[in-house]
Amino acid sequence: MEIASIVSALRHHKAGAVLLALQIGLTVAIVCNTLTIIKQYMDQTQRPSGIDEPNIFTMYNQWVGDPPDLESRVLGDLAALRSLPDVVGAEAAGGYPLNGSGAAVGISRHPDQHYDDAWTTAVYYVDEQGQAAYGVKLVAGRWFRRDEISIQHSADASNPAVIILTEWAAKFFFPDGNAVGRLVYLASPSPSRVIGVVERMETPWAGLPHMDSFVERSVFLPYRYVSNGLWYVVHSRQGEQAEVMKAAQEKLYAMTPARVIDDVVPFSETRQRIYAHGRSSSLMLGALSVLLLTVTAFGVVGLTSYWVAQRRRQIGMRRALGARRMDILRYFHTENVLVAGSGAVLGIGLCLAGNLWLAHKLALTRVSPEHICVAALIVMGLSQMAVLWPALRAAAIPAAAAIRDL
Amino acid sequence: MMGYYLDLAIRSLRRNVVLTALMIVAIGIGIGASMTSLTVLRAMAVDPIPEKSSQLFTPQIDVWGPVTRGGDSTHDDELLPWLTYRDAMAFMQAHRAARQAAMYAVHLDISPQGSRPFAMHGRAVYEDFFSMFQVPFQAGSPWSAGDEAIRARVAVLGARLAQRLYPQGNAVGSELTLNERNYRIVGVLQAWNPTPQFYDMTRGAYGEPEQLFIPFTTAIDRQLSPEGGIRCESPPPSDWIAQLNSQCVFIEFWVELPTAAAVRDYRRFLYSYADQQRQMGRFHWPALVQLPNVTKWLVWQHAVSDEARVNALVACGFLLVCLINVVALILAKFTRRRSEFGVRRAMGATKSDIFLQCLVETGVVGAAGGLLGLILTALGLAADRAFVAGDLGRLAHLDEGVVTLALLVAVLATVCSGLYPTWRASQVQPGLQLKAP
Repeated sequence: MEIASIVSALRHHKAGAVLLALQIGLTVAIVCNTLTIIKQYMDQTQRPSGIDEPNIFTMYNQWVGDPPDLESRVLGDLAALRSLPDVVGAEAAGGYPLNGSGAAVGISRHPDQHYDDAWTTAVYYVDEQGQAAYGVKLVAGRWFRRDEISIQHSADASNPAVIILTEWAAKFFFPDGNAVGRLVYLASPSPSRVIGVVERMETPWAGLPHMDSFVERSVFLPYRYVSNGLWYVVHSRQGEQAEVMKAAQEKLYAMTPARVIDDVVPFSETRQRIYAHGRSSSLMLGALSVLLLTVTAFGVVGLTSYWVAQRRRQIGMRRALGARRMDILRYFHTENVLVAGSGAVLGIGLCLAGNLWLAHKLALTRVSPEHICVAALIVMGLSQMAVLWPALRAAAIPAAAAIRDL
Repeated sequence: MMGYYLDLAIRSLRRNVVLTALMIVAIGIGIGASMTSLTVLRAMAVDPIPEKSSQLFTPQIDVWGPVTRGGDSTHDDELLPWLTYRDAMAFMQAHRAARQAAMYAVHLDISPQGSRPFAMHGRAVYEDFFSMFQVPFQAGSPWSAGDEAIRARVAVLGARLAQRLYPQGNAVGSELTLNERNYRIVGVLQAWNPTPQFYDMTRGAYGEPEQLFIPFTTAIDRQLSPEGGIRCESPPPSDWIAQLNSQCVFIEFWVELPTAAAVRDYRRFLYSYADQQRQMGRFHWPALVQLPNVTKWLVWQHAVSDEARVNALVACGFLLVCLINVVALILAKFTRRRSEFGVRRAMGATKSDIFLQCLVETGVVGAAGGLLGLILTALGLAADRAFVAGDLGRLAHLDEGVVTLALLVAVLATVCSGLYPTWRASQVQPGLQLKAP
């Protein structure tokens, strides 16, 4: 009964009601999409990289000039780093997870590289101590043995006889399971046998935009990384990182002073850096959403206040005819539910359409039903709160208003 | 007449201060948010070299085959962004463009007299780099082709590094120790910072350009490994010569093609080169080549980030919501004043008089909202500089363009959104309103 009368009353200010519903619809659509974007960013930043993050730091090292004995220098540095107290492991690397640069190769299940299933895959060069250096978890098979480690001297050399995959890569190349013992080809007819599978190892590019299919597509190769210009990845015992960071630099400088050590950072810093763009953008979107909700709430207050003022006489009459304050309050709240509710329905449609478009254009994940509900409920709840003040003012209108305003 | 309407507008707006404030704040916030994000977007989309962006091209060639073109799954129609050493050398020797330069990023250590060595981002380039990209010199000049031929150890310094190493300004002619070898400084640049740094965006498009330039041939001769990363089909060899002869890509290559005919010729040259390589058996798929200019290249390289696009989109949606909010409020306001309009109509005001009166009132609201919006834009950009990572923040600043745009958008949008309520108000029948209270 009441709803019918509210609807017929709304007919008298159609344009206002439609505009309010439209505003609420757009608000729902924008908030649910920004929620999805922020959630996607949070999921990304919290993705584990697979390495023992809290206890790993990295430093860039370059010797002055062009030392001819690079290999022995790297070996010397590694031995020195590994012998430091509280060091669990250390490795020389051309790139490490989330640092944004590294090497990638094409990997195929067939000897011919250019079959349909040759895929660009991130490679990490490691020796027999690589597992300790990164703190990765082996879920099947074994790690490299010392006698399997070599130096990649030329591109034409035969491929490594053995290889370790991430679990993601193992499932990718061998969907039927059981990757250990199977063969893959690295751009050459000579096969590499899978000897182990690690739980997870993110690629150097995992945090960058447009890399969604390239997050854990990485492998380990039994090669020593030798180059003038490399990173040392150092894994320290829990709680000892600050000490080890200092000791490692001092030790290396003491061994060879003619070098540049740069960019000594804990892994948490690396993570911060690669996700910085997403963080600032999420902050911005979050701030915009809050502002948007505020504007919409005040819009509801303003418009309802007008409707209340416009209907002073009618409200007075209803009060004179026996309506309680509660009834007036309920009237405006119900009216708001109707308007905001139809707005929210419109908003859900707009949200889905906007999300489809964004997903197509910008690789945004699909909006989840929970997000839609949360956004719609937030906006409707806010609208109900906003309507309370004008509704209370309406309820305070005395019955005498029916005649006084004539 | 306008003065009278203005007076009426201000009276009417002052009658309900809260509502007026609500409208002005809504427009202000909407303008502030949308202008902030549009300014950032515009800063990203700026043309780094406006005089020549349509004449500079970067050739690309499909050396890895259709499948293994990189990890970028969403844009697999694009080729490798770099060239192999041998292709770059072939293009240099063919000399088919008005200007051409192969280049790559290097990491050099500098050993100044009497202090600890430090590392510096540098770039190995051909001499055409400087003339092609219109790099301004404050002293000296680029090295010569002869220097390149004999792999001379010469260097050009950026303004900041020259200032740091030679505060007295005597850089040109001095010797500098780079990677334990002495280099003769032949030139010093003026401050030069093309943004985005289109010719190589691997180190971030909005950072500072390298401060140290050496001849490409010298860098290859000294076996300086590429700092910007190297992409290989198979595990990269550690041997330098093997690396140069491999299919590994790491070289940026830019050419200047001043006319449409030159572009056509160069494209033809690229096709025939790729085809010839295929016939030599280097690869066995159809020869794909591409020749994007700076503008197209920036699009491919995502110079304008998706985040900035989404932000701008959301902010514009936000402005729309604010405007709808304002329409609803103006509508309510004008509806309530029907009797006032009725009286004015009865006293002889025409429909267009009422229309104009309402228009002036919405215009005042729009202008006030625009002013507030400008203040908020300035605040928003300051917040952007404070919180947004990287160097982009300093690029986005308030200039006359933004100010004009913000005010224009605010007034136009408000007046447009006020049109329907204004029209409704002007339709009031004089007699009817006088009868009713």
